[in-house]
Amino acid sequence: MTAQQKIDRTAHRAKVIRRLFPHIILWIGIAIIIFPIYFIFSASSHTSAEIQAAPMPLGIGPHLIENYSQALFKGTQNMGTPVLTMLKNSLIMALGISVGKIVVSLLAAFAIVFFKFPFRNFCFWSIFITLMLPVEVRIMPTYKVVSDLHLLNSYAGLILPMIVSATAVFLFRQFFMSIPREIPEASQIDGATPMQFFRHILAPMTRTPIAAMFVIQFIYGWNQYLWPLLITTKPEFYTLLIGINRMMSGADVQIEWQIAMATTLLAMLPPVIVVVLMQKQFIAGMTETEK
Amino acid sequence: MSKQYEFKAPVLPYLLVLPQMAIVFVFFFWPAAQAVLQSFYLQDPFGGRMIFVGFQNYSKLLVDPDYWQSFTVSTVFALCITISAMAISLFLAIQANKKIRFSAFYKTMLVWPYAVSTLVAGVIWLFMFNPNVGVIAYVLKHTFHVNWQYLLNFNQAFLLLTMAASWKQLAYNFVFFLAGLQSVPATLIEAAEIDGAGAGTRFWKIIFPMLSPTTFYLLVMNLVYGFFETFPIVHAITQGAPGKSTGILVYKVWRDGVINLDLGSSAAQSVILMLMVILLTVFQFRFIERRVTY
Repeated sequence: MTAQQKIDRTAHRAKVIRRLFPHIILWIGIAIIIFPIYFIFSASSHTSAEIQAAPMPLGIGPHLIENYSQALFKGTQNMGTPVLTMLKNSLIMALGISVGKIVVSLLAAFAIVFFKFPFRNFCFWSIFITLMLPVEVRIMPTYKVVSDLHLLNSYAGLILPMIVSATAVFLFRQFFMSIPREIPEASQIDGATPMQFFRHILAPMTRTPIAAMFVIQFIYGWNQYLWPLLITTKPEFYTLLIGINRMMSGADVQIEWQIAMATTLLAMLPPVIVVVLMQKQFIAGMTETEK
Repeated sequence: MSKQYEFKAPVLPYLLVLPQMAIVFVFFFWPAAQAVLQSFYLQDPFGGRMIFVGFQNYSKLLVDPDYWQSFTVSTVFALCITISAMAISLFLAIQANKKIRFSAFYKTMLVWPYAVSTLVAGVIWLFMFNPNVGVIAYVLKHTFHVNWQYLLNFNQAFLLLTMAASWKQLAYNFVFFLAGLQSVPATLIEAAEIDGAGAGTRFWKIIFPMLSPTTFYLLVMNLVYGFFETFPIVHAITQGAPGKSTGILVYKVWRDGVINLDLGSSAAQSVILMLMVILLTVFQFRFIERRVTY
């Protein structure tokens, strides 16, 4: 082998490694994401005894349908609420939060951007201050207010306090400010009222940010945990995540892991479907908020 | 910032902001005010009697070693999550941003876990590492002979919580880093390449500085997440164990308020946490507004 051939071969090898490197890293990344989820999927296909006997078999067992139908229609000994009921509650909560927040925020952002009125800045700042305020830091006081309003164990109690945060107002405000001022001006000259401008011009223009907000807020709503944990004491109002918590509380021996894991997977499904179906709008919206 | 066209209407704008303002006042300002008020009182859990104690709830917290321990754990926890989740996501985003085959597939696979909730992340990691039934716990015990008992060992508990919380945050950071990377002009990088800049130089001298707004944004968001939004993970995995050692601040607020019914102290803690978040928000916003006007 000549020296030149040797150099060529090393160069070639380096090139192959460089080309494969990103693929290898990305597959490792995907593995880190997927394996934990695979474990719970596998667990949801075995019997309780198989899991308790540790280590559980890592393949897919024959009890998949049996476990999922028990989860969906019956629940566990610890918790008799079937997943279907909780699925409905989670769905009502997530849709209520996302749709409610979008409507309320669109109107507020419209007022703040397109109107000059006394207290405009005051309104903006009072809304804005809640931008990143997680429920976790204000649970006890909010709990008291909701209890005074007799909203414990109700959908309104689950939904309304979660509409507070300003993310959506902020995103719509950013978007409205980027609209060329000739558009509202022209609509005004043509004799349209502000509300006609809002309905027939502004709202249709805002389709993409609205879609993105829907994804973000649906997931936010679906994944709320601490708040429903506090205010739902009646099983008919449990959301899926609360159901998982109830299934897992109790001594180790009593936990029906296979049902709890099936429920966990079912709880993941709806938001994942929403993200995958609306991935494009979602990414556009996520990165828009940042600006 | 160019000013938007402004309609003239005397009543309409108030009607438009009314729903949002009503919600903000009823579900944020009113409770926040009550929290501030409550934090100056002692209330016995059985009767409704309230005794005004001034700043006593706060001063008690400040000399309470438990509170400082919780504060320290929360800070270290948030920092560990932020660093590990951001570093891994950035590394993955750089690879996914290269012009390679299947990159659309890779992106989807790394974006969808955004939908996984914090509680579900906690439950998944709990299941893998549960000393009795967990698959990884089994491997740790029988192959590596680790005495895996995270409910009795602080380091193990902390490590497990950090892994679960960082895992959950990967997709979120990935989305933002990817978008940030895509906005770096390819011509700039090619020019540097032609001028002989190696991969390391290109990253540290061009890509990283241009990514700094994204990085800063994510830094704040990850700290907020690590500090305040990891309650479900702690609640699912350790419940503060061993002892109270992994009881982060939000977990402590919850335990003191809901379990121990020490409403005054819980309110004082809430007020402190709210101030922390509001400061971070204003800080973040100042930074963002400055960038936008440029």
